[in-house]
Amino acid sequence: MSDPTTNPATLIEDAVPVDQAVESATPTAPGADGRKTGPRKVLGLTLPRMDFKLALGLFLTISIVLFALFGSFFTQDPRSYDNGTFEPPSGSHLLGTNNLGADLLAQVAEGARGSLLVGLTAGFIAVTLSLFFGIVAGYMGGFVDELLSLITNIMLVIPGLPLVIVIASYLQNRSMWLIALVLGFTSWAGGAVVLRLQAKSLRTRDYVAASRVAGEKTHRIILVEILPNLLPLLAAMFLSAVVLAILSEAGLSFLGLGPSGAITWGTMLNQASQHNAFHVGAWWWFVPPGALIALLGCGLSLINFAIDETINPKLRNAPQAVRSVRRAEREARRNARAKALAGARGASGASVADRATATASTTEEETR
Amino acid sequence: MKYYARRIAFYLVTLWAAISLNFLLPRLMPGDARSIFIDKFMRRGGEITPAMERSIDLVFGEKDASLWEQYVRYWGNLLKGDLGVSITKYPTPVSDLISDALPWTLILVGTATIISFFLGVGIGAYAGWKRGTIADALIPGMTLLQSVPYFWVALIFVAYFSVALGWFPIIGGYSLRDFPAGPEWSWAFIGSAVYHGVLPAVTIIIASVGGWVLGMRNMMVSTLSEDYVVTAEAKGLTKGRIFTWYATRNAALPSMASFGITLGFVVAGSIVMEQVFTYPGVGKLMINAVQDKDYALMQGVFLVITVTVLAANFLMDLIYGLIDPRARNNV
Repeated sequence: MSDPTTNPATLIEDAVPVDQAVESATPTAPGADGRKTGPRKVLGLTLPRMDFKLALGLFLTISIVLFALFGSFFTQDPRSYDNGTFEPPSGSHLLGTNNLGADLLAQVAEGARGSLLVGLTAGFIAVTLSLFFGIVAGYMGGFVDELLSLITNIMLVIPGLPLVIVIASYLQNRSMWLIALVLGFTSWAGGAVVLRLQAKSLRTRDYVAASRVAGEKTHRIILVEILPNLLPLLAAMFLSAVVLAILSEAGLSFLGLGPSGAITWGTMLNQASQHNAFHVGAWWWFVPPGALIALLGCGLSLINFAIDETINPKLRNAPQAVRSVRRAEREARRNARAKALAGARGASGASVADRATATASTTEEETR
Repeated sequence: MKYYARRIAFYLVTLWAAISLNFLLPRLMPGDARSIFIDKFMRRGGEITPAMERSIDLVFGEKDASLWEQYVRYWGNLLKGDLGVSITKYPTPVSDLISDALPWTLILVGTATIISFFLGVGIGAYAGWKRGTIADALIPGMTLLQSVPYFWVALIFVAYFSVALGWFPIIGGYSLRDFPAGPEWSWAFIGSAVYHGVLPAVTIIIASVGGWVLGMRNMMVSTLSEDYVVTAEAKGLTKGRIFTWYATRNAALPSMASFGITLGFVVAGSIVMEQVFTYPGVGKLMINAVQDKDYALMQGVFLVITVTVLAANFLMDLIYGLIDPRARNNV
């Protein structure tokens, strides 16, 4: 996607100070106080806390995934063209029909499957590649690091969407898997940069040094000692890679460079614009696919935000701190007012000063 | 000094890699891309002239030359600034087509990016300052904006504002009816171009502002819990002073860095957006090239985009090395 501000590399890199992320992602050493240990405690620390944002994100994501999995059991064949054309939504066709008479609800359900499949596959490939390039480079250091970082940085600065367009234009038959492969191979670099910094910092930890001294093999140290600490970060990376891939696939398909023969949300939008749905006002054709992409992306990003708050505790603690300060101030004000009232009832003269401070603190709070 | 030497070396290597990738891609693709292309072109009733042959050779390589010879010749042509000749707009050189399209994209996407940056960082700084209040409700909204496919927003705008309401033109960068001879320097023409640019610019801003807001808000929240901010509060500095000089100034650093890189991507334009509005910019040029299989043009555009992005990254690295000493030491 050429929209540059969503470049995950810069966002993730900026949002998470390296040491802090490792610090909070590392479960507290079990058995330190001898009481609250055990797997549940450790898991609880790495799982994001449930709040409104996370709940909304989970709700959106899970509903769309369920729709993709089971939606097509309740709809027509998305490629049957026996209905009337350009029918607006009605009881028999909840989302109407397109120019050929295909039921659009069926197409949206099938498209959900296609888009999710492309997104998940590309996301998986991207994360695997960032893992390899990031962790191996960061852990090994030296020449290997130089080489892998060079490749990563080259991939990072070569603009993604134009590259994908160039590659896709040379491919004659584009299956969904091929598109996912191309998208995965062109979007891993940002994650690799972040992971490299993390692995570099983890490498110097005592427990990693200890297992090295104990004679553990390199791949074992990477997989067993380092990887588990990076799980929250990896999850966040995976989710943003999926969002990016779904958006890029939609863009590519819209340009006519998407998977040939498959139905995805992107190819639906392409069809809609090619057959003038936008100019005849057939909103039931073009609104649902785009809206679903947006809602799925929003759901995944909200989950991501919650993960970010676990990785970088300041993001979570600071708003809470402000909230508790405000609560305390409100309490204090109420007390002051009660006192002032009591004072006014008793002797009237002294309360003026009290009331003055009370109003002063009110105005101060309002300007805050 | 070591920092700068390393950065320069890195960008030279990257430039070489990008250009070589551009050279290799058409030659690596399965099937004989050259003959497929010539077949397709002949079938459409085209005729291959010697100059076109040269252009085809430039992209796919001469028939009998070895890969290495082709590579050397490719570099030779490139250094002379020869990107080949467009096949669809024969015999216009690729470089002319690109320089015609560049100003459109630069002005439109550049302006939109700058507006989006200041708007986003402003809103983000304020939302971070007001953390823990109702301003936190911005997060889900901005996340939604960030995930909306921007070309879809563009399509809906066209369907609603241009087709249904008739407020804005549907396609193009200027009115072709009023200016059939093409761009000219007159107030009427500039007015027409601005009028045509409103919807595309609004789409870009809507699609990109969310990222700036979220990034800046999170940085602001982190910065505000730093000890030096607490110290500033304890010293009794005014809120405005803490907001501007202690929090925002520091929290904006990463956003500034991304902004520099984003400016480099301005040349890449919003490719899909330009397709929606049929805007006469670089992105549209690239899509046309792809659709018409005009590979020389496509490669030329890709090269220009890549080189600009590299240049922007390089400049940003230099500037960042100047303003943030940590970057220099952390080689």
